[in-house]
Amino acid sequence: MTPVAGPSALEAHLVVDRGTFRLDLELRIAAGEVVALLGPNGAGKTTALRALAGLEALTAGHVTLAGQDLDRPGDRLWTPTERRPIGVVFQDYLLFPHLSALDNVAFGPRRHGTDRRRAREQAAGWLDRVGLAEHAARKPRQLSGGQAQRVALARALAVHPALLLLDEPLAALDARTRLDTRAELHRHLAEHPGATLLVTHDPLDALVLADRLVIIENGRLVQEGDAATITAQPRTDYVARLVGLNLYRGRADGHTVVVGDGFALTTADRLDGDAFVAFPPSAVALHPSRPDGSPRNTWPATIAGIQRHGDNLRVQLDGAITVAADITPAAAAHLRITPGQSVWAAVKAAETHAYPAAG
Amino acid sequence: MKIRNTLAAFAMSGLLLLTGCGDSSDGGTAGAPASGGSGGAISVFAASSLTESFTTIGKDFETANPGTKVTFNFAGSSALATQINQGAPADVFASASPSNMKVVTDAGNGDGTATTFVKNQLVIAVPKGNPKGIKGLADLTRSGVKVALCAEQVPCGAAAIKALAAANVKLTPVTLEQDVKSALSKVKLGEVDAALVYRTDAKASAADVEGIEFPESAGAINDYPIIVLKNAPNKAGAQAFIAYVQSDKGKAVLTAAGFQAP
Amino acid sequence: MTLDSDEAPGAVRPGQVAPPRRARHRRVPVALLLPAALGLAFLVLPLAGLLVRAPWSTLPQRLTEPGVLTALRLSLQTATLATLLCLALGVPLAWLLARVEFPGRRLVRALVTVPLVLPPVVGGIALLLVFGRRGLLGMWLDRAFGITLPFTTTGVVIAEAFVAMPFLIIAVEGALRGADTRFEEAAATLGARRWTTFTHVTLPLVAPGIAAGAVLCWARALGEFGATITFAGNFPGRTQTMPLAVYLALETDLDSAIVLSLILLTVSVAILAALRDKWITSP
Repeated sequence: MTPVAGPSALEAHLVVDRGTFRLDLELRIAAGEVVALLGPNGAGKTTALRALAGLEALTAGHVTLAGQDLDRPGDRLWTPTERRPIGVVFQDYLLFPHLSALDNVAFGPRRHGTDRRRAREQAAGWLDRVGLAEHAARKPRQLSGGQAQRVALARALAVHPALLLLDEPLAALDARTRLDTRAELHRHLAEHPGATLLVTHDPLDALVLADRLVIIENGRLVQEGDAATITAQPRTDYVARLVGLNLYRGRADGHTVVVGDGFALTTADRLDGDAFVAFPPSAVALHPSRPDGSPRNTWPATIAGIQRHGDNLRVQLDGAITVAADITPAAAAHLRITPGQSVWAAVKAAETHAYPAAG
Repeated sequence: MKIRNTLAAFAMSGLLLLTGCGDSSDGGTAGAPASGGSGGAISVFAASSLTESFTTIGKDFETANPGTKVTFNFAGSSALATQINQGAPADVFASASPSNMKVVTDAGNGDGTATTFVKNQLVIAVPKGNPKGIKGLADLTRSGVKVALCAEQVPCGAAAIKALAAANVKLTPVTLEQDVKSALSKVKLGEVDAALVYRTDAKASAADVEGIEFPESAGAINDYPIIVLKNAPNKAGAQAFIAYVQSDKGKAVLTAAGFQAP
Repeated sequence: MTLDSDEAPGAVRPGQVAPPRRARHRRVPVALLLPAALGLAFLVLPLAGLLVRAPWSTLPQRLTEPGVLTALRLSLQTATLATLLCLALGVPLAWLLARVEFPGRRLVRALVTVPLVLPPVVGGIALLLVFGRRGLLGMWLDRAFGITLPFTTTGVVIAEAFVAMPFLIIAVEGALRGADTRFEEAAATLGARRWTTFTHVTLPLVAPGIAAGAVLCWARALGEFGATITFAGNFPGRTQTMPLAVYLALETDLDSAIVLSLILLTVSVAILAALRDKWITSP
């Protein structure tokens, strides 16, 4: 997983124009680095992946991999998919149904010139590495979801790609399988010497598997960085929800940040200028009436919705600011928690985190 | 929308039924026989070599006998014999050979005895201009000459075999057609250089083909018998038609077509 | 996809009972059974008629008549060759119609089905006008190479292929349209060029559809009469296929015609029944 310092394996500026939608994203991935590409539905993640794979044409920009230009519309340079040094794991795996697992994995090496015997040997080796040696002769329809995913990964890795592309690799699996497969995938990606781009909507995938996160919305980059930074300082609503935080943007003046329609939040940090304020749902306490005591941030709110969230209840609150609050079932029992109910919300300044919006 | 479609479907089926009922012009069921006289519909099954002449005779007969309608079924005589024996409704059967007539009379489907009304002789049909310069049966065996014959199961085929045997000519045709009109059409299309067909067929297609006489044809002349059928729906009409065929007017049409007197 | 991680699919978990076999069959709607039975009767009764009327007493010597085996062998040979020709030309054409957008595609698709609506004899005449001695192409073939197609076994193959190809094209085009093109993308990402993708991925995926189309094509070619007799003529051993033999036998001997028909039926049904279901239905 430790990226090799040095020239990027992938250096791309993806511009894809589709009438109403436009993707404009710059990407750099070093050899050995795993980058997660996150974003809401329709953000352009899959478009970006397909453009890198050559399954969609760039409108402008370029794709350079291992020092070689693969796609540069300005110079009318285009390399078709089959000549790009890539490997793709598709969301539906797309294992060839008429071939056994072994022949599926051997398909790539065969197309790259390896003779049949050696290709099958290599394929057997890869299946062994993903723990499926005894399933080599099975057809894809005889494999479980987790097994198919591993065969798809082996198939993509067998061609020793300079760029490995994974499109929502765990999305088709149930929760339990996903846990195990994610851990294994982490191991394989760490061993992969090339660059890796992982497209996902699941923040846990990104946090576990990736060295760096790239978040796009509406075809544009909104935030980029390692997991820790992003979790601590989300810059958009989506990212905040992604990492499970309440996020607001406003003007800071010392310990006060004015957000929304003039609602003032007191924060622990001192700041001036354009700023974000974030606090987790667990920092929000609910009271039946105005609380006295320490919390500096209190305001009246109305309950808009209630959901289970793990062992707790997540309550959506309307009011001066829209807030998500996590409360324990015990606390809920003391309050009357019904939609439309008025309550008082309170957040300790010490549990808020304010940081500059610019930069 | 659905109701409209259903109504349209009903209207269509109604139309089809009406047109189906009204049209009985091809060799189908005869109408009720008229009482006395020879009126009504008459159904005639005739060998395909009689197509042109019988069509003319039929029209003349209708003119001479107002109120009658003659419908024809022209095909190979053997096919017609099979149809008659299988129960196809017909009043008259005119065959291109006695053997096919025998098939019908042996099965007991003839009324009375058959009479021969014309004879037909074979000629060599070649494309107009006789490009390959065919003069007789022997020329047919020249290399590069393609010949069509009728299959031996068909009367003109049987006659051809007799004639070739009489001339001591061993001929391998490129095709054995199932009726004489098909053999002739191969000549017209230029697919074969010659075919052994009836003189009447060559005459009927005088615009496209020439008929070349050859002496051996005299040994393989086909007698054409005609008979009223036992189960004829319109027996009186059938007899009147046959009488007309054998009258001077009928004979004139047949002779003009190239048939010989019996 | 709610399977537990490494269990084989379809396994019955503890505590679960597999549904009884009969329960699965009871879901057939009865309202379909009656028309289905009528349809079956409609198709099968004429065959029964042939069997009842067959001259069983004279069957053995009829079977060994010289013309019979010749016509049968010729029929099977020409139908198979015609099917191979249809596969060679029809599969690429079907691929073109299914996958390539070109101007006039709908017209081309309609034209491809013309042999289906054309009376076979008319088809034969049309073939003569093109490939006959004086035909558009035939004339050139004759002068340049001395090749003539009418009245030859090759002519039979061509006539049969002409009437049967639309069946193959329609079946294969349907299969190609239903095939998932994403597999072809996956093949490309693994380095497969377009032709290799076609032979190694697309064809195997649509193989059942191609097989089904080929079966239809073969059956149609076997039964072809009008175009064959018009274009290729009738000559025992060279162009007299079973249908032609039957028709000519009808001229003189109904029993003989019935026997020939039964032979053709038996051989075809045996071959078609031997085709395993799984070869012609998709997985």
